Amino acid sequence: MPADDALDAERVIRPHRGFIAVDFGELWRYRELFGFLAWRDILVRYKQTYLGVAWVVLQPVLTMVVFTVLFGRFAKFPTNGAPYEIIVFAALLPWQFFANTLGESSNSLVASARIISRVYFPRLIIPASVVCSGVVEAVISLAILFILMPCYGVAFRPTLLLLPVFFALTFLTTFAAGAWFSALNVKYRDVRYIVPFITRLGMFITPVMFLWVSWVPEKWRMWFCLNPLVGIIDGFRWCVLGPSFAPYWPGLWLSVAVTAVLLVTGMVYFRNTEKTFADVI
Amino acid sequence: MAAITVSQLGKQYRLGAQTHDTLRDQLAGLFRGGAKPEAQEFWALKDVNFQIEKGDIVGVIGRNGAGKSTLLKILSQITEPTEGEVRIRGRVASLLEVGTGFHSELTGRENVFLNGAILGMTRAEIARKFGEIAAFAEMDSFLDTPVKHYSSGMTTRLAFAVAAHLEPEILIIDEVLAVGDAAFQKKCLGKMGEVARAGRTVIFVSHNMAAITSLCVRGIYLEKGRLKALGPVQEIVETYMRDALPPGQKSGFRRGEVRGSGRVKFTNLEVYSRDRIAAPVVGEGLTIRATYEAVEENLPIRFVVNVYDSSQVRIFALDSFTDRALPQVFPKTGTLVLEIPPHFALTPGRYQMELVAFIDEEAADHVPGALDFEMEDGDFFGNGRKTHNPAAVIIKNQWSLVAP
Repeated sequence: MPADDALDAERVIRPHRGFIAVDFGELWRYRELFGFLAWRDILVRYKQTYLGVAWVVLQPVLTMVVFTVLFGRFAKFPTNGAPYEIIVFAALLPWQFFANTLGESSNSLVASARIISRVYFPRLIIPASVVCSGVVEAVISLAILFILMPCYGVAFRPTLLLLPVFFALTFLTTFAAGAWFSALNVKYRDVRYIVPFITRLGMFITPVMFLWVSWVPEKWRMWFCLNPLVGIIDGFRWCVLGPSFAPYWPGLWLSVAVTAVLLVTGMVYFRNTEKTFADVI
Repeated sequence: MAAITVSQLGKQYRLGAQTHDTLRDQLAGLFRGGAKPEAQEFWALKDVNFQIEKGDIVGVIGRNGAGKSTLLKILSQITEPTEGEVRIRGRVASLLEVGTGFHSELTGRENVFLNGAILGMTRAEIARKFGEIAAFAEMDSFLDTPVKHYSSGMTTRLAFAVAAHLEPEILIIDEVLAVGDAAFQKKCLGKMGEVARAGRTVIFVSHNMAAITSLCVRGIYLEKGRLKALGPVQEIVETYMRDALPPGQKSGFRRGEVRGSGRVKFTNLEVYSRDRIAAPVVGEGLTIRATYEAVEENLPIRFVVNVYDSSQVRIFALDSFTDRALPQVFPKTGTLVLEIPPHFALTPGRYQMELVAFIDEEAADHVPGALDFEMEDGDFFGNGRKTHNPAAVIIKNQWSLVAP
């Protein structure tokens, strides 16, 4: 237990009955362990890879090139006057963060089974630290985006200042989904098959490689925006490409609301199943 | 003031139902109208009450499956009790395993920080003690090498060094001394004794009665999930030893849950000399038959059989690696037969056997106290006399007299 725990405080261990609230104070006391776990995930990720961190650059850039050739040049997807490369890259940034870190955070509890059955700490910091470690890659991707923008003649606009807001939204969405899936994975190993399915198929129903507003009929739009990544990607494109790419506002708010619901329910579900992890895992 | 107060503590497990459900099972359950397969319930702990005063050093003993590990897991907050409560005053660190969270890709230095943080040390604390930890582990030149290149002994030493530098008010230790070489074990016991003398509360689980009696002041004896006895350690250990070896009765193989990866599991163990039903006799050799099940064919398993005397001093260890005639890999199930020639060195008395299986230096199964057996006195020297030898070992020897 971290040092700043009150020394003389008496702790009572007894069976929890009914609803358990999320203990933010406790999470805060374990911030150092959280940092260490995130640090470990970052260190381990590219050890024993030949190209190392170059993968962080190659992945989104190669994906962008392939998409540009396929959809920008051959299929000639509408671009609303902006370079297709940047349209795709602005969407790939949140999408890849979501897809990569969700896969890892969903497996994180099961992968840490040994620690969970030997040491106590709030388990929520495990999936959270995985999501955090993904931030490093996202920041590198962002740097690439800033290099690509002038190359394709996209000016830096003041809307870019809003990027952190949408980035935070991406983070929260991923964390919320990670909390849900990692906790479910402890009991139902089906999650191991569901998550790759979601991230693979999700790429096609999430507007990563196309602009969606003109393609989706009015009455379906809100349904489409139940996918929180839709609002996020809209936001990213708006920040990078300016007012002509303004998001579909009702949809964006819906996406935010969906994220909020996922986040609250995810943390509550996690918290209320946490006590059985060591017995079930 | 009591550091730990345990009242009416109980923990129930459901056998069968705790396996990983799949969604399919759940859906199938829905359609069956909730008639779930019968889950067997059992109480790993029930109605346990005791108090531990601040500064007490308490040894928890009991057979495999008596609830010792469950008790430690509840005290460490890893698992939640089903009923009752525990009141704890002071910072707790639990050491249920050495090297929890060690990552083979990280260097020794990185692992020290990570493991320390997992065990509850702050970054500043680890940084301050780092030199001491490295010195205790007897290593300095490999600290920046990934742990995967370490020998298993080095990894264990490093892991232990971190654990030995924990300074909580309450330290909970499971049987972590089962691994590591004897000299290092001694060093760790010494360090733990130091911690205990510094006025901290220590709760220590072990099958090693010698360690328990030398380290602890009080004892808690658990049997089948209930508190059987509580008091001065010497008294408790004696009670336990009396129960563990009922006189005149040959006890069979017994085991608790798998300690290790579980890729191999021992299922039976027999010890006898010529007569397979009677107790082994001094001077008639010894046959040990250990039956195991592995998770797959052709695993490179290393088997170790340890024999302890009644005060838990290890008399000898039999290691399958020393036998070149054994195959390198083993079938999925099998029985190992170990033959020890007639003139081996055990004297009459009570002994205990321990089984360990390793796969690639990692423990796959470990059964401490797998079998108690009694060596009966026999005609060791082939001269028609019984041995009457109260020493630990007996050896063939030759006497002669040189006239002056």
